[in-house]
Amino acid sequence: MREWLRRQRYLIDYSLSALARRPGKHVGLLVVYTLIVFLLASVMLFTHALRREAALVLADSPQIILQRQVAGRHDLMPLEYLERIGRLRGVSALYGRLWGYFYDPAVRANYTLMVPPESSTGHRAPDPGEITIGSGIARTRGLAVGDYLSLRSARGEPFSFRVASLLPTTTELVSTDLMLLSAADFRRFFAYPEDRVTDIVLEVRNPREVRTVAEKLILALPDTRPILREEILRTYDAVFGWRQGLVFVLLAGAVLAFVIFAWDRASGLSGEERREIGILKSIGWETGDVLRMKFWEGTILSLTAFSLGYLLAYAHVFYGSAALFEPVLKGWAVLYPEIRPIPFVDGLQVATLLAFTVFPYTVATIIPIWRAAVMDPDAVMR
Amino acid sequence: MITLRDVSKVFNQGRGNELWAVRGVTLDLDPNQMTVLRGPSGSGKTTLLSMIGALSRPTSGRILLDGELLSNLPERFMTQVRRRTFGFVFQGFNLIRGLSVLENVMLPAYPLAPVHGDLRRRALALLAQFGIERKAGERVEWLSGGEAQRTAICRALINEPRILIADEPTANLDSRLSRELVGLLDELRALGKTVLVSSHDPLVFESDRVHRVLEMRDGRLAEDSRC
Repeated sequence: MREWLRRQRYLIDYSLSALARRPGKHVGLLVVYTLIVFLLASVMLFTHALRREAALVLADSPQIILQRQVAGRHDLMPLEYLERIGRLRGVSALYGRLWGYFYDPAVRANYTLMVPPESSTGHRAPDPGEITIGSGIARTRGLAVGDYLSLRSARGEPFSFRVASLLPTTTELVSTDLMLLSAADFRRFFAYPEDRVTDIVLEVRNPREVRTVAEKLILALPDTRPILREEILRTYDAVFGWRQGLVFVLLAGAVLAFVIFAWDRASGLSGEERREIGILKSIGWETGDVLRMKFWEGTILSLTAFSLGYLLAYAHVFYGSAALFEPVLKGWAVLYPEIRPIPFVDGLQVATLLAFTVFPYTVATIIPIWRAAVMDPDAVMR
Repeated sequence: MITLRDVSKVFNQGRGNELWAVRGVTLDLDPNQMTVLRGPSGSGKTTLLSMIGALSRPTSGRILLDGELLSNLPERFMTQVRRRTFGFVFQGFNLIRGLSVLENVMLPAYPLAPVHGDLRRRALALLAQFGIERKAGERVEWLSGGEAQRTAICRALINEPRILIADEPTANLDSRLSRELVGLLDELRALGKTVLVSSHDPLVFESDRVHRVLEMRDGRLAEDSRC
């Protein structure tokens, strides 16, 4: 075992010196390799961080949202449904919500307008005439606390709201386009019927009973549809997963180009390198020794490129807000949230990335290297 | 003792450019002697040396080392025999550029994985024996012809082989260095090594330190003179 380790050390020593002796050839490969790892790792780290971020923010969202449907479409919920639901076993809170969307043609962006529920501990409903807005709206419209935001109501009348406060940036991923206002303003602005709410929220004391409560709701109110928090989380997961897949498909071309590049580099051994392999074989190295030496050369190059690429991707995602992939992966049209994802590294993710980058490189280089290694040892004498 | 029986070597057999480099050579080489293979370029000296040194196999015939058949061994075993038994000094020395003198000398021992300190000491002792220990840390491309020649000899000796094979070792040297080289080879012979040299340099094959001169012509052994 010791002898084996010593042999590997000698081979690694030689590989390192071989890499250092031909910097021109290897630096080019290292740069391309690092770039590939950087791109793939950035997408992986960022998507993963977004999922986690969404999961953390949505952890406090309602357990059940009940929507009314007419002909398969979402419809306004009559207030009397609150009474019809009555006292369901296990339900700790029950209230109607008012929320909707507004398209602002001035900046060509969609806002989410919402009345904070009375039971919500996070934010007190703004006073009439006042609003609380998300960072995306503030940035896009150039608003600060105390400024006025004028919008055109559903009846075509101008409405002015005073910005009372801004939503915290920590929730920007889901609150960037949010505008909180009072119930009275909401109803007047949208010409919303007084006996209707947008949907109904239910909090369930025991999370295991959520599905049972949802089933009871379907039986009691057949024209409604309960939406569970876990379903929303799953949807977010699928959306970000789909986006990650899309970017990976686009990057597959880059990986393929890299494989061709690596193959070309490995098969294009210079006369000097061939001569060197010939000398090594003539002075007593076996084909296996040459292959092992080349294996270490590839491994050193791969691990260096992988470490550099991964570190750069880490900095790009967690310190540079993933500037390169923001538009594709976040998915907002105009109101891009500015988030600082929480640094997080997943072992399985690192292993997957290693397989996606080191494996193609190894496969691409092994055949040309083997061809060079089986060279006749007397070639150097001829 | 090295024995060759009806050894032939053909390149590109069956093709238009077929070349018989060695034809039916039968020969016995005694240990602890300096033997020179002489002859013009293309006479088959180098091909014959490479077969004797287990660098290649004959197309037909047999080569035996101390009675053991060498020419039919699989590559792996042939490499082991080559490593253990033969040391090579090539034409132009074939040192690896970019590496230091010491690293070049240690290189043949890497696959055997000796303790690094021991290997280093052995390499430095060899360099001292040939008077170039001061150059140990220098890159080989900065060496003079004589220093490169000594480095190549040290590299050939690092695995303590019994037989030293030198292919046209004076091709790139002036007369003084050529004579010096013959002297060094003779010193090694005096230490118990068998020395086999291919050369068409009179300074080598006419030297009084040479025991036997074999003349090659068109791949055949034309003359065998013992001095």
